[in-house]
Amino acid sequence: MEEKTFEPKITAFVCNWCTYTGADLAGTSRLKYKPNIKMIRVPCTGRIDPVFIIKAFEKGADGVLISGCHPGDCHYNTGNFHARRRWVLFTELLNYMGIDSSRLFFSWVSASEGKKFVDVVSNVIETVKAKGPFQQYQKINKEFVLDE
Amino acid sequence: MNELRQLSKDLLQNGTVKVIIGYAEGTTPGRTKPFIARTPEDTDKFVFNKHCVNNLAVYLTRKEYKGKGTVGIVAKGCDVKAIVQLVQENQINKDDIYIIGMNCNGAAADFGKDTLAVKCIHCTVRTPHLYHTLLGTIDEMPKQEDDHLKMIEKFDAMTSEEKWAFWEAEFEKCVKCYACRQTCPMCYCEKCIADKSMPRWIESSAHTRGNFAWNIIRAFHLSGRCIGCNECERACPAQIPLSLLNRKMGMVAKKEFDYTAGIALDNPTLVGNYNNADREDFIK
Repeated sequence: MEEKTFEPKITAFVCNWCTYTGADLAGTSRLKYKPNIKMIRVPCTGRIDPVFIIKAFEKGADGVLISGCHPGDCHYNTGNFHARRRWVLFTELLNYMGIDSSRLFFSWVSASEGKKFVDVVSNVIETVKAKGPFQQYQKINKEFVLDE
Repeated sequence: MNELRQLSKDLLQNGTVKVIIGYAEGTTPGRTKPFIARTPEDTDKFVFNKHCVNNLAVYLTRKEYKGKGTVGIVAKGCDVKAIVQLVQENQINKDDIYIIGMNCNGAAADFGKDTLAVKCIHCTVRTPHLYHTLLGTIDEMPKQEDDHLKMIEKFDAMTSEEKWAFWEAEFEKCVKCYACRQTCPMCYCEKCIADKSMPRWIESSAHTRGNFAWNIIRAFHLSGRCIGCNECERACPAQIPLSLLNRKMGMVAKKEFDYTAGIALDNPTLVGNYNNADREDFIK
């Protein structure tokens, strides 16, 4: 019997104005990328509460991608600047708690960068695939299946 | 102590303040409790000693006092930091507060103990940095090892598995009583994210997954806001070393953004502000 290869589950939180539109462009340009990624559209990267990331890991994500407008391009002017500052604190906190923050990816992808979006997604999927399943969270998920 | 009582009495009598939040003798000798003086006679009950460890700034955002006239508060340096941070965050109006600043010679680690509380070892505000009246004297404070700083430095050398194992064992004790939240002067949200149930962001049952979610989010919400009064740790019935988290995040805020919470009234808050030159080497 053929052995099943590990296919990572990636959750992506993307901003409506840049990365989501960039992903749209990738689609209309007929660019291909793997289907391991589940996209969640949010109004702005500033809308992304770190609790979303935790929830994604709790629900079985092996990696999380966060992507939005380049600095200066934010539809709401400053949303991504505020978000950037938060992520510095959040990744430091995760490292300190021993949670593998290298499964958390950040990128700036604009509405015209369909090709970059494909590259980013492919890179994230490859990286997480090489790392294997997110054992830490899957272990505690298995121990207690509640609230499901 | 007499000057504190006299001053409080005068303030209440001449109508400068409506109430004064201070400390009174507790039910057990040597222990103190928060006490609210509403009449000049009440002020006879005020005490101030090394067991006055509570951070009374937590009351300032409660609806019983907020916006109901000037509130007097007996505050040590660390409490003043909390007041300043609350003003920075627009939670209280600085004109509504009358600070009776107390020179502080360190609070006791616990009831019946002579050792200093951890927060006092690395204290930089023994004389409060903001006050209306300053009382008390500064005496020599005994030197004591800063065990928590050593712990935090030890973390740098640990692998992520070791760190995870450490926190997993600590958080396993968490019973989700939210005492850390209730004693925290910075946790003033009317509806905490932990109480939201549609959707339920943070699982309320006490198991590893929910415990991690709660403690990560609590620590994150206090990053760059925690003023280091360590009330959360003191209130924790499971003795989880929460100050290790808060202090580390304070150190990160200092290193990355050169920000210290609760220092100056007109400082913008850390996460309510940004800089074009903020670090972004982690963003591809």
